[in-house]
Amino acid sequence: MIAIVDYKAGNLASVKKALDYLGAETIVTDDPWQVRKADKVVLPGVGHFSATTALNNSGLRESIRTSIRRGVPFLGICVGMQWMLASSEEAPQIEGLALWPDLCSSFPAGVKSPHVGWNSLEVRDDASRLMRGVSAGSFVYFTHSFRVPRLKATIAECEYGGRFSAAIEQDNIFGVQFHPEKSGAVGLKILSNFCQC
Amino acid sequence: MLTKRIIACLDVDGSRVVKGTQFLNLRDAGDPAELAAAHSAAGADEIVLLDITATPEKRNPPLETVRRTAKELFIPFTVGGGVRTLRDAASIFDAGADKVTVNSRALADPSLISSIAQRFGSQAVIVAIDAKRNRSNLEVWISGGRVATGKDAVQWAQEAEERGAGEILLTSMDRDGTCEGFDCTLTKMVSDAVRIPVIASGGAGTTQHFVEVFREGAADAALAASIFHFNLRSIARLKQQLLSAGIPVRPPC
Repeated sequence: MIAIVDYKAGNLASVKKALDYLGAETIVTDDPWQVRKADKVVLPGVGHFSATTALNNSGLRESIRTSIRRGVPFLGICVGMQWMLASSEEAPQIEGLALWPDLCSSFPAGVKSPHVGWNSLEVRDDASRLMRGVSAGSFVYFTHSFRVPRLKATIAECEYGGRFSAAIEQDNIFGVQFHPEKSGAVGLKILSNFCQC
Repeated sequence: MLTKRIIACLDVDGSRVVKGTQFLNLRDAGDPAELAAAHSAAGADEIVLLDITATPEKRNPPLETVRRTAKELFIPFTVGGGVRTLRDAASIFDAGADKVTVNSRALADPSLISSIAQRFGSQAVIVAIDAKRNRSNLEVWISGGRVATGKDAVQWAQEAEERGAGEILLTSMDRDGTCEGFDCTLTKMVSDAVRIPVIASGGAGTTQHFVEVFREGAADAALAASIFHFNLRSIARLKQQLLSAGIPVRPPC
Protein backbone atom coordinates (compact mmCIF):
# COMPACT_ATOMS: atom_id res chain seq x y z
CA MET A 1 0.00 0.00 0.00
CA ILE A 2 1.33 3.42 -0.97
CA ALA A 3 0.33 6.24 1.39
CA ILE A 4 -0.17 9.58 -0.38
CA VAL A 5 0.26 12.12 2.39
CA ASP A 6 -2.55 14.65 2.51
CA TYR A 7 -1.44 17.81 4.30
CA LYS A 8 -4.26 19.97 2.93
CA ALA A 9 -2.00 21.69 0.45
CA GLY A 10 -3.20 21.65 -3.09
CA ASN A 11 -4.32 18.86 -5.22
CA LEU A 12 -3.56 15.18 -4.69
CA ALA A 13 -6.05 13.84 -7.23
CA SER A 14 -3.62 13.64 -10.13
CA VAL A 15 -0.90 11.83 -8.17
CA LYS A 16 -3.43 9.25 -7.01
CA LYS A 17 -4.88 8.93 -10.50
CA ALA A 18 -1.46 8.20 -12.03
CA LEU A 19 -0.49 5.63 -9.36
CA ASP A 20 -3.90 3.95 -9.65
CA TYR A 21 -3.48 3.83 -13.42
CA LEU A 22 -0.19 1.97 -12.88
CA GLY A 23 -2.06 -0.60 -10.77
CA ALA A 24 -0.63 0.48 -7.42
CA GLU A 25 -2.73 0.25 -4.27
CA THR A 26 -2.96 3.73 -2.82
CA ILE A 27 -4.52 5.52 0.07
CA VAL A 28 -4.75 9.29 0.48
CA THR A 29 -4.37 9.98 4.18
CA ASP A 30 -3.60 12.62 6.79
CA ASP A 31 -3.36 10.01 9.53
CA PRO A 32 0.22 9.60 10.87
CA TRP A 33 -0.51 5.99 11.83
CA GLN A 34 -1.62 5.07 8.27
CA VAL A 35 1.55 6.68 6.93
CA ARG A 36 3.68 4.68 9.36
CA LYS A 37 1.98 1.43 8.24
CA ALA A 38 2.45 1.98 4.50
CA ASP A 39 5.04 0.09 2.38
CA LYS A 40 5.79 3.25 0.43
CA VAL A 41 5.13 6.92 1.07
CA VAL A 42 4.55 9.68 -1.47
CA LEU A 43 4.59 13.32 -0.40
CA PRO A 44 3.06 15.40 -3.17
CA GLY A 45 3.24 19.12 -3.07
CA VAL A 46 2.08 22.11 -4.99
CA GLY A 47 1.93 25.64 -3.80
CA HIS A 48 3.77 27.44 -1.06
CA PHE A 49 6.52 26.02 1.18
CA SER A 50 4.61 27.34 4.20
CA ALA A 51 1.95 24.69 3.57
CA THR A 52 4.41 22.16 4.99
CA THR A 53 3.70 23.64 8.43
CA ALA A 54 0.80 21.18 8.52
CA LEU A 55 3.30 18.30 8.38
CA ASN A 56 5.25 19.70 11.30
CA ASN A 57 2.14 20.24 13.43
CA SER A 58 0.32 16.97 12.89
CA GLY A 59 2.62 14.10 13.71
CA LEU A 60 3.10 13.41 9.99
CA ARG A 61 6.66 14.67 10.14
CA GLU A 62 7.62 12.06 12.73
CA SER A 63 5.82 9.29 10.83
CA ILE A 64 7.67 10.16 7.65
CA ARG A 65 10.98 10.34 9.48
CA THR A 66 10.36 6.96 11.11
CA SER A 67 9.40 5.34 7.80
CA ILE A 68 12.47 6.71 6.07
CA ARG A 69 14.68 5.42 8.88
CA ARG A 70 13.09 1.98 8.52
CA GLY A 71 14.03 1.95 4.83
CA VAL A 72 10.54 2.49 3.42
CA PRO A 73 10.76 3.99 -0.11
CA PHE A 74 9.79 7.65 0.10
CA LEU A 75 9.10 9.99 -2.84
CA GLY A 76 8.74 13.76 -2.45
CA ILE A 77 7.27 15.63 -5.40
CA CYS A 78 7.89 19.36 -6.03
CA VAL A 79 7.41 21.11 -2.65
CA GLY A 80 7.45 17.58 -1.20
CA MET A 81 11.06 17.27 -2.42
CA GLN A 82 11.97 20.78 -1.26
CA TRP A 83 10.72 19.92 2.23
CA MET A 84 13.45 17.27 2.52
CA LEU A 85 15.98 20.11 2.74
CA ALA A 86 16.60 22.32 5.78
CA SER A 87 14.26 25.07 4.58
CA SER A 88 13.39 27.36 1.69
CA GLU A 89 13.87 31.06 0.98
CA GLU A 90 10.13 31.01 0.33
CA ALA A 91 9.37 30.58 4.05
CA PRO A 92 12.70 30.52 5.94
CA GLN A 93 11.05 30.28 9.36
CA ILE A 94 9.63 26.85 8.49
CA GLU A 95 11.83 23.83 9.07
CA GLY A 96 12.07 21.13 6.48
CA LEU A 97 13.03 17.57 7.27
CA ALA A 98 16.70 18.56 6.95
CA LEU A 99 17.88 15.31 5.34
CA TRP A 100 20.26 17.71 3.60
CA PRO A 101 21.46 20.95 5.23
CA ASP A 102 20.90 23.04 2.08
CA LEU A 103 18.25 25.67 1.33
CA CYS A 104 15.86 26.01 -1.61
CA SER A 105 16.31 29.27 -3.49
CA SER A 106 14.45 31.36 -6.05
CA PHE A 107 15.34 31.88 -9.73
CA PRO A 108 17.59 34.77 -10.75
CA ALA A 109 15.96 37.99 -11.99
CA GLY A 110 16.86 37.36 -15.64
CA VAL A 111 14.33 34.57 -16.19
CA LYS A 112 10.58 34.39 -15.90
CA SER A 113 9.27 32.85 -12.73
CA PRO A 114 7.62 30.47 -12.05
CA HIS A 115 9.50 28.01 -14.27
CA VAL A 116 6.55 26.50 -16.08
CA GLY A 117 6.64 23.94 -18.84
CA TRP A 118 8.49 20.98 -20.28
CA ASN A 119 12.23 21.01 -19.73
CA SER A 120 14.83 18.34 -20.41
CA LEU A 121 16.50 16.09 -17.86
CA GLU A 122 20.22 15.53 -17.72
CA VAL A 123 20.43 12.18 -16.03
CA ARG A 124 23.64 12.15 -14.01
CA ASP A 125 23.56 8.73 -12.39
CA ASP A 126 23.10 5.66 -14.57
CA ALA A 127 22.71 3.46 -11.48
CA SER A 128 19.62 5.36 -10.32
CA ARG A 129 16.63 3.16 -9.61
CA LEU A 130 14.17 6.00 -10.12
CA MET A 131 15.51 6.95 -13.54
CA ARG A 132 15.92 3.41 -14.86
CA GLY A 133 15.06 3.36 -18.56
CA VAL A 134 14.67 7.15 -18.76
CA SER A 135 16.96 8.42 -21.48
CA ALA A 136 19.02 11.60 -21.16
CA GLY A 137 17.22 14.56 -22.67
CA SER A 138 13.74 13.27 -21.82
CA PHE A 139 11.24 16.05 -21.23
CA VAL A 140 9.20 16.40 -18.04
CA TYR A 141 6.77 19.02 -16.77
CA PHE A 142 7.87 21.58 -14.17
CA THR A 143 5.96 24.30 -12.36
CA HIS A 144 7.79 25.95 -9.45
CA SER A 145 9.28 29.22 -8.20
CA PHE A 146 11.92 27.75 -5.88
CA ARG A 147 14.45 25.02 -6.47
CA VAL A 148 16.78 22.56 -4.82
CA PRO A 149 20.50 23.18 -5.49
CA ARG A 150 22.72 20.47 -6.90
CA LEU A 151 23.54 17.92 -4.19
CA LYS A 152 25.64 14.80 -3.97
CA ALA A 153 22.36 12.89 -4.18
CA THR A 154 21.34 14.61 -7.43
CA ILE A 155 20.59 12.01 -10.10
CA ALA A 156 19.19 14.38 -12.75
CA GLU A 157 19.74 18.06 -13.35
CA CYS A 158 17.80 20.72 -15.17
CA GLU A 159 18.91 24.05 -16.64
CA TYR A 160 16.81 27.18 -16.16
CA GLY A 161 18.51 30.34 -14.93
CA GLY A 162 21.34 28.03 -13.82
CA ARG A 163 21.44 24.35 -12.99
CA PHE A 164 19.44 22.78 -10.22
CA SER A 165 18.35 19.36 -8.99
CA ALA A 166 15.54 17.87 -11.05
CA ALA A 167 15.71 14.59 -9.13
CA ILE A 168 17.55 13.25 -6.11
CA GLU A 169 18.04 9.73 -4.80
CA GLN A 170 19.82 8.29 -1.82
CA ASP A 171 19.08 4.73 -0.74
CA ASN A 172 15.31 4.67 -0.12
CA ILE A 173 14.87 8.45 -0.41
CA PHE A 174 13.69 9.90 -3.73
CA GLY A 175 12.67 13.39 -4.77
CA VAL A 176 11.58 15.01 -8.03
CA GLN A 177 11.12 18.72 -8.66
CA PHE A 178 8.99 18.06 -11.74
CA HIS A 179 5.54 16.47 -11.79
CA PRO A 180 5.83 12.84 -12.95
CA GLU A 181 2.04 12.53 -12.78
CA LYS A 182 1.84 15.27 -15.45
CA SER A 183 4.81 14.26 -17.59
CA GLY A 184 3.19 11.82 -19.99
CA ALA A 185 4.85 8.47 -20.69
CA VAL A 186 8.21 9.53 -19.18
CA GLY A 187 6.55 10.50 -15.91
CA LEU A 188 4.58 7.27 -15.72
CA LYS A 189 7.83 5.34 -16.25
CA ILE A 190 9.43 7.16 -13.30
CA LEU A 191 6.42 6.51 -11.07
CA SER A 192 6.41 2.90 -12.12
CA ASN A 193 10.11 2.66 -11.22
CA PHE A 194 9.27 4.03 -7.77
CA CYS A 195 6.47 1.49 -7.36
CA GLN A 196 9.04 -1.27 -8.01
CA CYS A 197 11.57 0.02 -5.47
CA MET B 1 16.20 23.85 -22.14
CA LEU B 2 12.72 25.06 -21.33
CA THR B 3 10.57 24.50 -24.39
CA LYS B 4 7.75 26.59 -25.82
CA ARG B 5 4.42 24.94 -25.10
CA ILE B 6 1.77 24.07 -27.66
CA ILE B 7 -1.58 23.95 -25.91
CA ALA B 8 -4.67 22.39 -27.41
CA CYS B 9 -7.83 24.16 -26.32
CA LEU B 10 -11.22 22.54 -26.19
CA ASP B 11 -14.00 25.11 -26.09
CA VAL B 12 -16.99 23.28 -24.65
CA ASP B 13 -20.63 24.07 -24.30
CA GLY B 14 -21.21 21.99 -21.14
CA SER B 15 -20.40 18.52 -22.46
CA ARG B 16 -19.52 18.94 -26.16
CA VAL B 17 -16.60 20.63 -27.89
CA VAL B 18 -17.72 23.56 -30.03
CA LYS B 19 -15.96 26.07 -32.20
CA GLY B 20 -17.00 29.53 -33.38
CA THR B 21 -15.50 32.56 -35.05
CA GLN B 22 -14.82 35.66 -32.94
CA PHE B 23 -16.73 33.94 -30.13
CA LEU B 24 -19.93 33.47 -32.23
CA ASN B 25 -21.60 30.87 -34.52
CA LEU B 26 -20.77 27.78 -32.47
CA ARG B 27 -20.59 24.40 -34.20
CA ASP B 28 -20.07 20.90 -32.79
CA ALA B 29 -16.50 19.55 -32.90
CA GLY B 30 -16.64 16.35 -30.83
CA ASP B 31 -16.26 14.67 -27.43
CA PRO B 32 -13.86 16.43 -25.01
CA ALA B 33 -12.40 13.28 -23.41
CA GLU B 34 -11.68 11.67 -26.78
CA LEU B 35 -10.20 14.83 -28.24
CA ALA B 36 -8.03 15.49 -25.16
CA ALA B 37 -6.59 11.95 -25.29
CA ALA B 38 -5.95 12.24 -29.03
CA HIS B 39 -4.23 15.63 -28.66
CA SER B 40 -2.06 14.30 -25.85
CA ALA B 41 -1.01 11.32 -27.98
CA ALA B 42 -0.26 13.66 -30.89
CA GLY B 43 2.18 15.68 -28.74
CA ALA B 44 0.14 18.50 -27.19
CA ASP B 45 1.96 19.85 -24.14
CA GLU B 46 -1.21 20.75 -22.25
CA ILE B 47 -4.94 20.62 -22.57
CA VAL B 48 -7.19 23.55 -21.74
CA LEU B 49 -10.93 23.01 -21.49
CA LEU B 50 -12.98 26.22 -21.51
CA ASP B 51 -16.71 26.18 -20.95
CA ILE B 52 -17.46 29.24 -23.05
CA THR B 53 -21.16 29.36 -22.27
CA ALA B 54 -21.01 28.74 -18.48
CA THR B 55 -20.79 32.42 -17.50
CA PRO B 56 -23.39 33.84 -19.91
CA GLU B 57 -25.76 30.96 -19.08
CA LYS B 58 -24.93 31.26 -15.34
CA ARG B 59 -24.11 27.55 -15.10
CA ASN B 60 -21.73 25.84 -12.68
CA PRO B 61 -18.45 24.41 -14.03
CA PRO B 62 -19.01 21.18 -16.05
CA LEU B 63 -17.58 18.80 -13.44
CA GLU B 64 -18.66 15.55 -15.08
CA THR B 65 -16.96 16.56 -18.33
CA VAL B 66 -13.84 17.52 -16.36
CA ARG B 67 -13.80 14.19 -14.53
CA ARG B 68 -14.21 12.18 -17.71
CA THR B 69 -11.55 14.17 -19.54
CA ALA B 70 -9.02 14.04 -16.68
CA LYS B 71 -9.41 10.32 -16.10
CA GLU B 72 -6.61 9.04 -18.33
CA LEU B 73 -4.83 12.28 -19.13
CA PHE B 74 -1.27 12.55 -17.81
CA ILE B 75 -0.30 16.01 -19.02
CA PRO B 76 -1.29 19.33 -17.43
CA PHE B 77 -5.01 19.95 -17.63
CA THR B 78 -6.61 23.37 -17.16
CA VAL B 79 -10.30 24.14 -16.83
CA GLY B 80 -12.06 27.46 -17.10
CA GLY B 81 -15.42 29.04 -17.61
CA GLY B 82 -17.87 29.87 -14.88
CA VAL B 83 -15.32 29.86 -12.02
CA ARG B 84 -16.94 32.27 -9.58
CA THR B 85 -15.77 31.15 -6.15
CA LEU B 86 -12.97 29.36 -4.33
CA ARG B 87 -15.42 26.49 -3.96
CA ASP B 88 -15.90 26.29 -7.77
CA ALA B 89 -12.12 26.08 -8.14
CA ALA B 90 -11.84 23.41 -5.43
CA SER B 91 -14.50 21.28 -7.11
CA ILE B 92 -12.66 21.53 -10.45
CA PHE B 93 -9.39 20.42 -8.81
CA ASP B 94 -11.23 17.56 -7.10
CA ALA B 95 -12.54 16.50 -10.50
CA GLY B 96 -8.95 16.13 -11.71
CA ALA B 97 -7.83 19.46 -13.17
CA ASP B 98 -4.41 20.94 -12.32
CA LYS B 99 -5.16 24.60 -12.99
CA VAL B 100 -8.20 26.79 -13.35
CA THR B 101 -8.61 29.91 -15.42
CA VAL B 102 -10.56 32.81 -14.01
CA ASN B 103 -11.86 35.62 -16.14
CA SER B 104 -15.14 37.52 -15.71
CA ARG B 105 -15.49 36.95 -11.99
CA ALA B 106 -11.87 37.91 -11.27
CA LEU B 107 -12.46 41.33 -12.82
CA ALA B 108 -15.47 41.91 -10.62
CA ASP B 109 -13.70 40.52 -7.55
CA PRO B 110 -9.90 40.33 -7.98
CA SER B 111 -9.51 38.78 -4.51
CA LEU B 112 -10.71 35.54 -6.15
CA ILE B 113 -7.22 35.25 -7.70
CA SER B 114 -5.43 35.52 -4.36
CA SER B 115 -7.81 33.24 -2.53
CA ILE B 116 -7.28 30.42 -5.07
CA ALA B 117 -3.51 31.08 -5.13
CA GLN B 118 -3.25 30.93 -1.34
CA ARG B 119 -5.18 27.68 -1.10
CA PHE B 120 -3.87 25.83 -4.17
CA GLY B 121 -0.72 27.72 -5.15
CA SER B 122 -0.09 30.30 -7.87
CA GLN B 123 0.74 27.57 -10.36
CA ALA B 124 -2.92 26.55 -10.20
CA VAL B 125 -4.37 29.95 -11.18
CA ILE B 126 -4.36 31.26 -14.73
CA VAL B 127 -5.97 34.62 -15.35
CA ALA B 128 -7.62 34.60 -18.77
CA ILE B 129 -7.77 37.97 -20.48
CA ASP B 130 -9.88 38.51 -23.59
CA ALA B 131 -8.53 41.68 -25.20
CA LYS B 132 -9.76 43.74 -28.11
CA ARG B 133 -8.08 46.68 -29.79
CA ASN B 134 -9.93 49.91 -29.24
CA ARG B 135 -8.12 52.72 -31.09
CA SER B 136 -4.73 52.81 -29.34
CA ASN B 137 -5.95 50.88 -26.28
CA LEU B 138 -6.20 47.19 -25.54
CA GLU B 139 -9.48 46.73 -23.77
CA VAL B 140 -10.48 43.76 -21.60
CA TRP B 141 -13.80 42.11 -22.43
CA ILE B 142 -15.65 39.63 -20.24
CA SER B 143 -18.50 37.15 -20.23
CA GLY B 144 -17.21 35.15 -23.21
CA GLY B 145 -16.47 38.31 -25.19
CA ARG B 146 -19.90 39.84 -24.74
CA VAL B 147 -19.23 42.75 -22.37
CA ALA B 148 -16.59 45.52 -22.59
CA THR B 149 -15.01 46.61 -19.29
CA GLY B 150 -13.03 49.74 -20.18
CA LYS B 151 -10.04 48.16 -18.41
CA ASP B 152 -6.58 48.14 -20.00
CA ALA B 153 -5.27 44.63 -20.73
CA VAL B 154 -1.62 45.32 -19.78
CA GLN B 155 -2.56 46.90 -16.46
CA TRP B 156 -4.95 44.08 -15.69
CA ALA B 157 -2.23 41.48 -16.42
CA GLN B 158 0.11 43.25 -13.98
CA GLU B 159 -2.55 43.42 -11.31
CA ALA B 160 -3.33 39.72 -11.82
CA GLU B 161 0.35 38.88 -11.32
CA GLU B 162 0.51 40.93 -8.12
CA ARG B 163 -2.53 39.13 -6.80
CA GLY B 164 -0.93 35.74 -7.31
CA ALA B 165 -1.74 34.56 -10.84
CA GLY B 166 0.72 31.91 -12.08
CA GLU B 167 0.15 32.49 -15.80
CA ILE B 168 -1.76 34.78 -18.16
CA LEU B 169 -3.88 33.33 -20.96
CA LEU B 170 -4.16 36.21 -23.40
CA THR B 171 -6.74 35.94 -26.17
CA SER B 172 -6.95 38.44 -29.01
CA MET B 173 -10.65 38.74 -29.73
CA ASP B 174 -9.91 40.43 -33.04
CA ARG B 175 -7.98 37.36 -34.21
CA ASP B 176 -9.95 34.57 -32.50
CA GLY B 177 -11.06 31.94 -35.02
CA THR B 178 -9.76 33.91 -38.01
CA CYS B 179 -6.62 31.78 -38.66
CA GLU B 180 -4.89 35.05 -39.65
CA GLY B 181 -2.12 34.81 -37.06
CA PHE B 182 -1.67 35.71 -33.40
CA ASP B 183 -1.61 39.36 -32.35
CA CYS B 184 2.15 39.51 -31.69
CA THR B 185 2.12 43.19 -30.68
CA LEU B 186 -0.51 42.59 -28.01
CA THR B 187 1.26 39.46 -26.79
CA LYS B 188 4.64 41.18 -26.50
CA MET B 189 3.19 44.15 -24.63
CA VAL B 190 1.74 41.86 -22.00
CA SER B 191 4.66 39.40 -21.91
CA ASP B 192 7.18 42.24 -21.36
CA ALA B 193 5.03 43.76 -18.61
CA VAL B 194 4.87 40.68 -16.34
CA ARG B 195 7.32 38.08 -14.99
CA ILE B 196 4.89 35.17 -15.19
CA PRO B 197 4.46 33.12 -18.38
CA VAL B 198 2.06 34.34 -21.05
CA ILE B 199 0.02 31.97 -23.21
CA ALA B 200 -0.95 33.54 -26.55
CA SER B 201 -4.31 32.68 -28.03
CA GLY B 202 -6.48 33.66 -30.94
CA GLY B 203 -5.66 33.53 -34.63
CA ALA B 204 -3.45 30.45 -35.09
CA GLY B 205 -3.60 29.22 -38.67
CA THR B 206 -0.14 28.23 -39.88
CA THR B 207 3.21 27.09 -38.49
CA GLN B 208 4.63 30.52 -39.32
CA HIS B 209 2.08 32.11 -36.98
CA PHE B 210 3.48 30.06 -34.09
CA VAL B 211 7.08 30.95 -35.04
CA GLU B 212 6.10 34.64 -35.03
CA VAL B 213 4.32 34.61 -31.70
CA PHE B 214 7.26 32.88 -29.99
CA ARG B 215 9.89 35.14 -31.63
CA GLU B 216 8.15 38.51 -32.00
CA GLY B 217 5.38 38.09 -29.44
CA ALA B 218 7.70 36.74 -26.69
CA ALA B 219 5.01 34.18 -25.84
CA ASP B 220 5.90 31.30 -23.52
CA ALA B 221 3.14 29.11 -24.88
CA ALA B 222 0.62 29.25 -27.68
CA LEU B 223 -2.88 27.93 -27.59
CA ALA B 224 -5.06 26.92 -30.49
CA ALA B 225 -8.29 25.09 -30.97
CA SER B 226 -9.77 25.08 -34.44
CA ILE B 227 -6.68 24.09 -36.39
CA PHE B 228 -6.29 20.97 -34.26
CA HIS B 229 -9.81 19.57 -34.19
CA PHE B 230 -10.20 18.47 -37.75
CA ASN B 231 -6.75 17.04 -38.31
CA LEU B 232 -5.25 15.47 -35.22
CA ARG B 233 -1.90 14.74 -36.78
CA SER B 234 -1.32 18.44 -37.18
CA ILE B 235 0.21 18.93 -33.68
CA ALA B 236 2.99 16.43 -34.41
CA ARG B 237 3.60 18.02 -37.79
CA LEU B 238 3.48 21.53 -36.33
CA LYS B 239 6.10 20.58 -33.74
CA GLN B 240 8.41 19.05 -36.34
CA GLN B 241 8.17 22.23 -38.39
CA LEU B 242 8.80 24.43 -35.33
CA LEU B 243 11.91 22.38 -34.50
CA SER B 244 13.13 22.86 -38.09
CA ALA B 245 12.55 26.60 -37.69
CA GLY B 246 14.73 26.61 -34.56
CA ILE B 247 11.93 27.00 -32.00
CA PRO B 248 12.57 24.76 -28.97
CA VAL B 249 9.59 22.47 -28.45
CA ARG B 250 9.19 19.06 -26.85
CA PRO B 251 9.48 16.65 -29.78
CA PRO B 252 6.33 14.70 -30.57
CA CYS B 253 6.44 11.11 -29.27
